[in-house]
Amino acid sequence: MDTMRDRFIATTTRLLDEDPRLALVLAEISRDGFARAERDHPDRVINVGIREQLLIGAGAGMALTGMRPVVHTFASFLVERPFEQVKLDFGHQGVGGVLVSAGGSYDWPAGGFTHMAPGDVALMDTLDGWTVHVPGHPDEAETLLREAAAGEGRVYVRLSMQSNKRAATVGGAGGFTTVREGTRGAVVAVGPMLDNVLDATAGLDVSVLYATTVRPFDGAGLRRAVGGRTAADVVVVEPYLAGTSTAAANDALAALPHRVLGLGVGREELRRYGQLDEHLAAHGLDAHGLRERIGQFLGG
Amino acid sequence: MTNTTAEPAPAYGDLHRLMSLMTGDEKHGPAATSTMDALWVLYSRVLRVTPATADAPDRDRFLLSKGHGPMAYYAVLTAHGFIDEELLPGFGAYDSPLGHHPDRLLVPGAEIGSGSLGHGLPLAVGSVLGLRAQGLTGPRVWVLTGDAELDEGSNHEAIAYAGPAGLDQLHTVVIDNASATYGRPGGIAERFATAGWSVDSVDGRDHEALYAAFTAPHPGRPRAVVARVAPKS
Repeated sequence: MDTMRDRFIATTTRLLDEDPRLALVLAEISRDGFARAERDHPDRVINVGIREQLLIGAGAGMALTGMRPVVHTFASFLVERPFEQVKLDFGHQGVGGVLVSAGGSYDWPAGGFTHMAPGDVALMDTLDGWTVHVPGHPDEAETLLREAAAGEGRVYVRLSMQSNKRAATVGGAGGFTTVREGTRGAVVAVGPMLDNVLDATAGLDVSVLYATTVRPFDGAGLRRAVGGRTAADVVVVEPYLAGTSTAAANDALAALPHRVLGLGVGREELRRYGQLDEHLAAHGLDAHGLRERIGQFLGG
Repeated sequence: MTNTTAEPAPAYGDLHRLMSLMTGDEKHGPAATSTMDALWVLYSRVLRVTPATADAPDRDRFLLSKGHGPMAYYAVLTAHGFIDEELLPGFGAYDSPLGHHPDRLLVPGAEIGSGSLGHGLPLAVGSVLGLRAQGLTGPRVWVLTGDAELDEGSNHEAIAYAGPAGLDQLHTVVIDNASATYGRPGGIAERFATAGWSVDSVDGRDHEALYAAFTAPHPGRPRAVVARVAPKS
């Protein structure tokens, strides 16, 4: 199976052929994959070198002239390093664009913490008006990328090496979909967390919701999932910083006595190399770790 | 109000009166007047943009990157009919569109919102790239920065890219009032020249010198004009 990043390159290359409004702005990362696109569309495939502040500013400047920029590099360098540019050059200027990251929380564990960005979605969450997509499969990534490219607004698409085995139907209004129904609570699985969440909750009497669009947060969908009960137990499992969506879940359930458990990547720097599955286990995001914590939360 | 009876040609002599209508940002006074002459020459003789063409795809763009002390900018926009004079006394008030840093979504004719330093030049680079990608090679993009603003690394990224990329639609005017704490070894002009820009330095109060520097041909290269004014006291 190809990776989400492979699919991003293939899809964007095709979209550049089809849509003259689309531009791609790079800062060296993934440049080799876009060699054909750069040859065919030299005015719309821009590589600014290792300059991430300029990457964001140049993308937003293209948007000021009416283009639809797709801006790409690793999450650490796309969101964290030039964060004020993201805030002002897109948000404050009132223009749209598509930021596409790669690397996720620990896609390259041997590369260490400099290339990990578990805080990217929490950081984006401090800004107004951004749609945040967290696909769980390359097919989903393609659908969400195509929608983002064809749209007008500000979109962050978070790509990862981590993937579910099968693709779900995504896109459209972006609401959470119900994968499993139960009565003791609801578990929201974000993007590539779905397979592990389904394994972890096998045999548990809980609803499982699947989310690939986390901002806007589908509060109405969450309320529907906990139904007409007098109290609700909710777990949100995210492939980035634990608790990123806890406030959104709390807001959605404000009218109902409820408990929310936010599971995700721990804040403390792990300072380990190794493999992706080792990091999942270390953060308790493998099926075993999830089962233990979800069971404990619901069983009390 | 005498200027509602007809449409008088914009007059440089009117700028001080228009600026005096704006109060409350005296700390930015030197920043405001340092840009006045360069802005005046640009809007009255160089930029191909009017209130009627403010949204035209082929207009020239002026990006005020140094958003501090925008009184001269507002005065020039007023003199050229982008802003109603009646708005000037409200400068900085809650219900005024005119803040101590300009907001493109509130100020007619403003291409960018600025105040945080180091955003204008990267946005201008992108604007040139966007125009060129749409086949619009006629419009010129101007950005105004301060000399201390060039301390921001984002500007270094933009300067270093724009020269080798040959963005000849891009123009920068640097208002040099010697306000950078450490200055630049070799000077501001040399910094741009090293990156492959066409460069000139002029007296920032001399309208003819500014005009000549602003309109000099620079095929294949972006253009930087360093406009020297009296040092910030």
